[in-house]
Amino acid sequence: MLKVKNLHTYYGGIHALKSVSFDLPEGEIVTLIGANGAGKSTALMSISGIVPPRYGEITFLGRPIHQMSPDRIFALGVVQVPEGRRIFPQLTVTENLDMGAYLRNDRKGITQDIDYIFSLFPRLAERRHQMGGTLSGGEQQMLAISRGLMSRPKLLLLDEPSLGLAPVLVQLIFATIEKINRENKTTIFLVEQNANMALRIAHRGYVMESGVITLQDTAANLLNSEKVKQAYLGL
Amino acid sequence: MTAQSTLSIRRAASEIGRSLLVSCWFMFLTFPIMVIKVNPLERTIDWQWMRLVWIGLAVFPLSFVWRWLMRRKEHGGSQDGEDNWQKRLGEKIRADGKIYTALLAILAVFVVAFPFMFSSYQTQIMISALMYVMLGLGLNIVVGLAGLLDLGYVAFYAVGAYSYALLNHHFGLGFWPALPLGAGLAAVFGILLGFPVLRLRGDYLAIVTLGFGEIIRLVLENWNTFSFGPSGIAGISRPWFFGADLSLGQHTVFLYFIVLILVAFTIVVVNRLRNSRIGRAWIALREDEVACQAMGIDKTRTKLTAFSLGATWAGFVGCVFAAKTTFINPASFTFMESAIILSIVVLGGMGSIIGVIVGAMVLILLPEYLRAFSEYRMLVFGASMVLIMVFRPQGIIVGVRQHYRFGRKESTEEQGERDAASA
Repeated sequence: MLKVKNLHTYYGGIHALKSVSFDLPEGEIVTLIGANGAGKSTALMSISGIVPPRYGEITFLGRPIHQMSPDRIFALGVVQVPEGRRIFPQLTVTENLDMGAYLRNDRKGITQDIDYIFSLFPRLAERRHQMGGTLSGGEQQMLAISRGLMSRPKLLLLDEPSLGLAPVLVQLIFATIEKINRENKTTIFLVEQNANMALRIAHRGYVMESGVITLQDTAANLLNSEKVKQAYLGL
Repeated sequence: MTAQSTLSIRRAASEIGRSLLVSCWFMFLTFPIMVIKVNPLERTIDWQWMRLVWIGLAVFPLSFVWRWLMRRKEHGGSQDGEDNWQKRLGEKIRADGKIYTALLAILAVFVVAFPFMFSSYQTQIMISALMYVMLGLGLNIVVGLAGLLDLGYVAFYAVGAYSYALLNHHFGLGFWPALPLGAGLAAVFGILLGFPVLRLRGDYLAIVTLGFGEIIRLVLENWNTFSFGPSGIAGISRPWFFGADLSLGQHTVFLYFIVLILVAFTIVVVNRLRNSRIGRAWIALREDEVACQAMGIDKTRTKLTAFSLGATWAGFVGCVFAAKTTFINPASFTFMESAIILSIVVLGGMGSIIGVIVGAMVLILLPEYLRAFSEYRMLVFGASMVLIMVFRPQGIIVGVRQHYRFGRKESTEEQGERDAASA
């Protein structure tokens, strides 16, 4: 569905991605794990066009997207849920969700999707008229994912959804991610530091170290690989 | 003597001590300007010691009041209480249709009757206050909603004024066709300014817009063949009213109604904009640019619409200004104007329409009626700004945005149906 080939991304003079290539097959959950500063988030930012790559190629459903502006990439159905949630604190929960549907005009469909999201996260339904900034961290993460879903994405890019959450909430979030993938056939690209959880729900996995992909395999194989166990699972 | 009473005596003593300290400090601070009076003719110095005593005596009780106010503010009781009070009043008025329409009707009758009740001079002042209401509402789009600090707003005002003045001078174009043209030109300039500053935020944006405002003014001042330089353009036609020959007083009344209608139009448009999707995109962009991009919001277009829409209102008001004064020159478009308009927005309450209206009325009408103390005008102006910023940092009227309740009606109905079905 999405193919990344020899991607190089820079922040000014800093070479953050060094010839990164990977594939995201349709309907799968693919995870990218790695330590802090490995370039995982940069990979996501490059796909969504917020930090455009300098060299290399990204094709989505056969169309090259690496030179498109973020809003056009978004319109194609590639939606990023940014790291650290970044919800709009001065907008209510429903308004936040509506911002996710910014490019849509079908009011009926939007209402339906909001209902679907409230069934996915009943907590958000309870807080629908509350300001985004007054939600707890877990609720904000739910809202961030939901906001991403509001545009009916074909590919959902999740950047560290477990960041700073209690273990119970992490379980809930990951279960919901799995559910979204199963029910809507949404392809999901999951960037995570919590390698254990990520590999449990993913179909495939990539391991990244200082801007380079060092390992790639099915998630089950990676979970059992000695190298991953040592470096990321702490076993 | 009980322990409690000694404690309260000690507290009172410390309070008095602090106030004494504050008055001494003020006496020291104001010493050079209040006490020393140099007489350059006789080359002598008059020492006005009595003034020092007066300052000390005045500051002493004021420092009690100040500390009391600060304490009230810190406890949060007063501000929350006031906000609640304001909110409750607002909700009550909004909820009760009768009171709302009655208030609106009274206000409408008052503003319509205003030029007939008061003198031509008062009407003139009101016209300029209403013009600043429009300017404030226009800038509110850029600063209050989109969060782009624009210090060169007066440039668009100048564009509007000069486009009417020049079109009138060279082609004899009347006020009515010039009004949309001036606004359109200002919008174009808004986009022109918008493009280079798209990447900037906060302080940097403020500096660039400040520079832009000055550039426009300097061009107008120095490009003599185009804008007639500092001598300006005189003899601009007044608005045409079905070919009627109006006296000066009648013209003022007519202009008053033009401005009134424009203000009403502005309020309607700004209110619609604020609660529209683009309005929410502005607010979202103000809060988080990356998240906005992740939501597929076109950053460039959203910012440019904010700039150009804000500029449009300045263009409207510019045309009205040229028609009102019939003479314009670059001196009317200095940075001070931008600063005043920005103060209207900030003091009135960013993002709040009523706040901006109140802010404009206070900032424009107050100096007019304080003409008797014109020497102290800036002092009062500055002091009131400091006071408002200390005690009401969000502005006089805190903006209450209408919240978007998506499909609430349907979902409660559905809920009802579901309940009925399950029962």
